[in-house]
Amino acid sequence: MIRVVLPANLRALARLPGEVHIELAGEATASAVLDALEERYPMLRGTIRDHGTRRRRPFVRFFACERDLSHDSPDASLPDAVATGAEPLLIIGALSGG
Amino acid sequence: MSRVRVLVGTRKGAFILTADGKREQWKVDGPHFPGWEIYHLKGSPADPNRLYASQSSSWFGQVIQRSDDGGATWAAVGNEFAYDGVPGTHQWYDGTPHPWEFARVWHLEPSPSDPDAVFAGVEDAALFHSTDGGASWSELSGLRGHGSGPSWQPGAGGMCLHTILHDPTDAGRMYVAISAAGAFRTDDGGTTWRPINQGLRSEQLPNPTAEVGHCVHRIAMHRSRPNTLFMQKHWDVMRSDDAGESWHEISGNLPTDFGFPIEVHAHEPETIYVVPITSDSHHFPYEGKLRVYRSRTGGHEWEPLTNGLPQSNCYVNVLRDATAVDTLDACGLYVGTTGGQVYASADAGERWAPIVRDLPAVLSVEVQTLP
Repeated sequence: MIRVVLPANLRALARLPGEVHIELAGEATASAVLDALEERYPMLRGTIRDHGTRRRRPFVRFFACERDLSHDSPDASLPDAVATGAEPLLIIGALSGG
Repeated sequence: MSRVRVLVGTRKGAFILTADGKREQWKVDGPHFPGWEIYHLKGSPADPNRLYASQSSSWFGQVIQRSDDGGATWAAVGNEFAYDGVPGTHQWYDGTPHPWEFARVWHLEPSPSDPDAVFAGVEDAALFHSTDGGASWSELSGLRGHGSGPSWQPGAGGMCLHTILHDPTDAGRMYVAISAAGAFRTDDGGTTWRPINQGLRSEQLPNPTAEVGHCVHRIAMHRSRPNTLFMQKHWDVMRSDDAGESWHEISGNLPTDFGFPIEVHAHEPETIYVVPITSDSHHFPYEGKLRVYRSRTGGHEWEPLTNGLPQSNCYVNVLRDATAVDTLDACGLYVGTTGGQVYASADAGERWAPIVRDLPAVLSVEVQTLP
């Protein structure tokens, strides 16, 4: 079970009170997590990554285990602590403007 | 008794203001979608309970919301705006080619007859269409691809398609306006388009009378005279009486002819309204006085409407989509400001009062007149 924490605006969009729990059959990667997240909450499509290119939107960052994973390959394995649910994957709106 | 529902888009959410036909006591509902920019929301003329809203943010991109109950509840619908084919380039601010990139939806224009049909004007400028209530969108690429697209350039707010007008007497005819490209018309339902900018003069262009490149801020039309169009250009208030084939200036005695919105009275097709702004470098009312100017002669002769509007130290702006008129017998006018005020007049502009004073910066105002 993977725990995903979304920024407040996306929680409101998806009407989520707190973190999301995702079960993955295969390898725990950012792509797999986002695929599962968007499948369950289609209103999040296009808000975290681009519809067409599937690249992370520039002002969205991925943090976990006190590391910035934003620039890792989306197909790279997430840290074990994230894959086991010990630590959440944090999806963050970059600190910029108001 | 009839009532009105005012739909307000702001930098930080949407608000719905409702009142009975007297338009004195207002109920304020919101913010909807707090924290998001709501560039525009508008109701379907065919079903007033069907509303569409453009919700966006620099962080999370574009979302389209739809309500089927007059704004009480909302659901996110489709938000994929993919340009048709290879998008190509337009001009960047420095004149170099720049790839077409979708940024946001500026304006949503529901079909006059079908609640599930809606047009979207977007940045970078293009026109999209949905026929399934916003679930999916496709580009009417004959506009962007008609030939002049590579020479379009962004205005200060971005290269946006901000005005969409349906001809109520001809289902195939539609007008759009783009900053900074100009006005365009289709006569075949959006398949083919051509520029309609003859008579516009813009000193910011190398050729001031070029076919495209004009920073048109807004176009308005009265339903009873669809061949007569009124335009607030970057500078100059203009008029066409031949469906945009030619334009002539009607700025007349305005203190400044720079501004953003332009409106036509609901029942008097020669009565029009503008909000003069000091200049392109000073985006605030001339002399710090918020004055709506009215012409009852279709232009040239203008009178200031000031009763109830701030007449000192007022340095807000009124953006291009931030005025509206209702269709009650005594035509109501609505003006939203970047200072967060929404002013209403229930008597065609004679007297004004704020409905609200402290909203986030107002980006758009629409009004629905309901039975």
